[in-house]
Amino acid sequence: MSIVVSSIAQGLLWAVLGLALYLTFRILNFADLTVEGSFPLGAATAVALIAHGTNPYLATLAAIAIGALAGLVTGLLYTKGKIPVLLAGILVMTACLSINLRIMGAANISLLNQETIFSASFLQDLPKYFDGVVVGLIILTVLISTLIWFLQTELGQAFIATGDNAKMAAAFGIKTDQMTIMGLMVSNALIAFGGAVIAQNNGFADINMGIGIVVIALASIIIGEVCFGELSLNQRLVAIVVGSIIYRLVLLAVLQLGFSTNDLNLISSIILAIAMILPQARHYLKLDGILSRGGNAHD
Amino acid sequence: MTNPVIALKQATVTVGQNTDILKQVDLDIYPGDFITILGTNGAGKSTLFNSISGDLTLSSGQILHHDRDITQVPAVKRTRFIARVFQDPKMGTAPRMTVAENLLLAEKRGQRRTLRNRHLTANKLAQYYDMTKQMGNNLEDRLQTAAGALSGGQRQALSFLMSIQVKPELLLLDEHTAALDPKTAAQLLHATNQQVTENQLTALMITHNLKDALQYGNRLLILNAGKIVLDVRDEAKKALTEQEALSYFVN
Repeated sequence: MSIVVSSIAQGLLWAVLGLALYLTFRILNFADLTVEGSFPLGAATAVALIAHGTNPYLATLAAIAIGALAGLVTGLLYTKGKIPVLLAGILVMTACLSINLRIMGAANISLLNQETIFSASFLQDLPKYFDGVVVGLIILTVLISTLIWFLQTELGQAFIATGDNAKMAAAFGIKTDQMTIMGLMVSNALIAFGGAVIAQNNGFADINMGIGIVVIALASIIIGEVCFGELSLNQRLVAIVVGSIIYRLVLLAVLQLGFSTNDLNLISSIILAIAMILPQARHYLKLDGILSRGGNAHD
Repeated sequence: MTNPVIALKQATVTVGQNTDILKQVDLDIYPGDFITILGTNGAGKSTLFNSISGDLTLSSGQILHHDRDITQVPAVKRTRFIARVFQDPKMGTAPRMTVAENLLLAEKRGQRRTLRNRHLTANKLAQYYDMTKQMGNNLEDRLQTAAGALSGGQRQALSFLMSIQVKPELLLLDEHTAALDPKTAAQLLHATNQQVTENQLTALMITHNLKDALQYGNRLLILNAGKIVLDVRDEAKKALTEQEALSYFVN
C-alpha cells in the first residue's frame, strides 16, 4: 500500500512540472527544452542554500527566482536574438549544467539532517509518504487556483491569444514578445520550484536529475488529454494532475514487473509515445466506440 | 476640408538594391473617407497597407497621424488608432478561443492589458449577441464556439466585427472577402458597407473586383507599379465607368 501512496505523492509533486510545461507546450504552442536545465537549477539552488543554513522557504523562493531568470534568457534569445526556440532552450539547458555544478560545488549534495519544507511540524504525525501527498495537494491547490485566475484576466487572455495566433494578437496591440518571455519565465520559475520541492522530498540534489524532465512533464499533459478528451481550460489543468498520477502508477506497475530503475527513461519515453500515438491508432483501428473519446490537441 | 487622419508624404519603400515597390506616394486620408483600392498583383497595394499599419517601415518619406510624424512608430502602437482585417480568415481570429472571447480581446485593442478579470458577463454576451446578429450569418448562435470551428464567412465576419469594436480612426480592409465564395463575399461586403456608413468609419478597402470598387465607397484609388495613377472621389467616382477604370491598369 505504501508504495502506491508514494507513487501518488510523486504524481502530485511532479504534476507541478506538467502544469508549468502546459504554459509553453499547449498555450504558447512550442516545446521549451530549458526545463531540462531549470529543473536541476531549482533543485541545486534550494539544496545548496539549505545545506549552507538558509531557511528552506527562502531557499525555495530563491530557486523560483533563478528559474525565472533561466526562462528570461531563453525568451530573450528567442524573441530578440531570433534563435529558434528549440535551440534557445538547448543553449540555456546546456549552460545550466555548468551553472548547476558551480552552485552545488559537487555532482550531488545530500540534505541529511537538514530542515526542509517537509520538516514542518504538522507533517510529522502523518503516516509514511503522506507528507508528500499533503504538500503536493497544498501546492497544486494554490497553483491551479492562481493559474485559473490568471488565465481569466485581460493579461492572461492576451497570453493565450499570443500562442493561438501571434499575428492577430499583435494586430490588436498585444506585445507578443513580452507575452512569450513572460510565459517562459513563469513556466521555468515553476519548473525550478518543482525541482526545489522534489529535491527536498528526495533529500538530495543531483547534477543529472534534469534528464528526461520534458518527457515526464509531457506525459502528464498527454495522458490527461487522452483520458479525458475535450475539456475546458480549467478542467485541463486538473486533468494534468490526474495524468501525472496515472503516469506514476503505470511506472510503478512496470517496475513491479521486474524492470530496473535504470530502465526508467526508456519506459518514460515508451509511455509517452504510446499516449501520443493512441489518439491516431484509435482512429485507424476504429476503436472510438470501445475507448472513451479524447486526445484532441486543441483547447 | 478638415485635416487628414492619416497622410503619406513621398512615401517610398525600397526592397533589395533599387527596386521601389512604393514610389513617392502622396495620399491624404480624410475622416469619413471610404476608399476602395484597385491594382494588379505587385502594384503595391499590400505594401501601402503594411506601410500604414507599421508592419513595414518606409525607406524614405513620412506618415503623419493628425500631423504627428508616426513614420518610426511601431505597428503594435499604431493599433491604438488603426485596425485591420486580413484576406485569410485564419489570420484575424484566435482559433482556440471562443467567438465571445475573441470579441472581448478586441475590446482592448491598443490598450494595456492588466491583471483585472476579463469580465465576460451575461450583459456582455447579450451585447455580443446583438452585435453579431447584424452580420446576418448566424454568428450570434455561435458565441461559445471556438473561432476555428466557424465557417470562413462567419470567421471573416467575426474578424471584421473585432476590427471595428473599438472604433478605429482608420480601418484597413485587405481583400477581406477574397477568400469567400461569391454569395458569402457579397453578403459580407454588404454588411461592411452598412457598418462603415452607419458608424462613419474611415476605411481603405483593397479589392480585385472592379464592380465592387466602383459600387462601394466615396473615393477610389488605382495603384500601378508603386504609384497612385488614379484618385477620384464623389461625383467623379460615380461618373467613372469600368472601361475607363480598366484603362489605368495598362502599363
